[in-house]
Amino acid sequence: MLKLTREIEEKIRQAGAEAYPDECCGILFGSEEDGGHAVKALKPIKNARESGERYHRFLITAEDMMQAELEARKLGLEIVGFCHSHPDHPAVPSDYDRDHALPFYHYIILRVAKGKPEEMTDWRLRLSREAFDSDELKIEP
Amino acid sequence: MSVSVLIPSALRAFTDRRSEIEAEGATVGEALAHVAAQYPDLKHQIYEDDTKLRGFVNVFVDGTNIKKLNGLDTPVAAGAAVMIVPAIAGGR
Repeated sequence: MLKLTREIEEKIRQAGAEAYPDECCGILFGSEEDGGHAVKALKPIKNARESGERYHRFLITAEDMMQAELEARKLGLEIVGFCHSHPDHPAVPSDYDRDHALPFYHYIILRVAKGKPEEMTDWRLRLSREAFDSDELKIEP
Repeated sequence: MSVSVLIPSALRAFTDRRSEIEAEGATVGEALAHVAAQYPDLKHQIYEDDTKLRGFVNVFVDGTNIKKLNGLDTPVAAGAAVMIVPAIAGGR
């Protein structure tokens, strides 16, 4: 289970709409809570893929990840996952997502249809890397 | 000499939840090998074979990517911070 405040949910939706028709991405800072994780802060990240690929791919550079790890530690939090959008595509992980994902992390996917943010889902990769499992996304005030 | 190896959250399941591990070594490769010897499950996660790191693994020494230095042969000073950072990508 991944808890998300209404405010952070709205920030993800806004980022997805603003990036359309490209994919947006961001890093989720949080902590363990009630057997799952709770997101405490969102760090929006500039999609580092080349401009002609951003419509269906996202990349967070090693440098951005390094800075985010340091920020999380300073805040007493940890990186619990990532968010990205699927423009005009279902909010389900692709084979490409699976090939590039890591177990433990939460992967929030936001469907953006014709510029409007729609369904938001959360996924976690199995340790075997065979598949993602859908995870409960709990939005709190 | 002793350095600190910082473990990202995704790999702490393989280090008894420790986020920072003291390691001995004169190079990045030696320091990582020292940590891997203590945590064999972590070794399996970050190494492709005995000497090569997996593609998603980036390593920084005091804020600089070792790809811009001398790779695993990059020397480390006492007290240096060696950070393991996963590469993150995806898309539809």
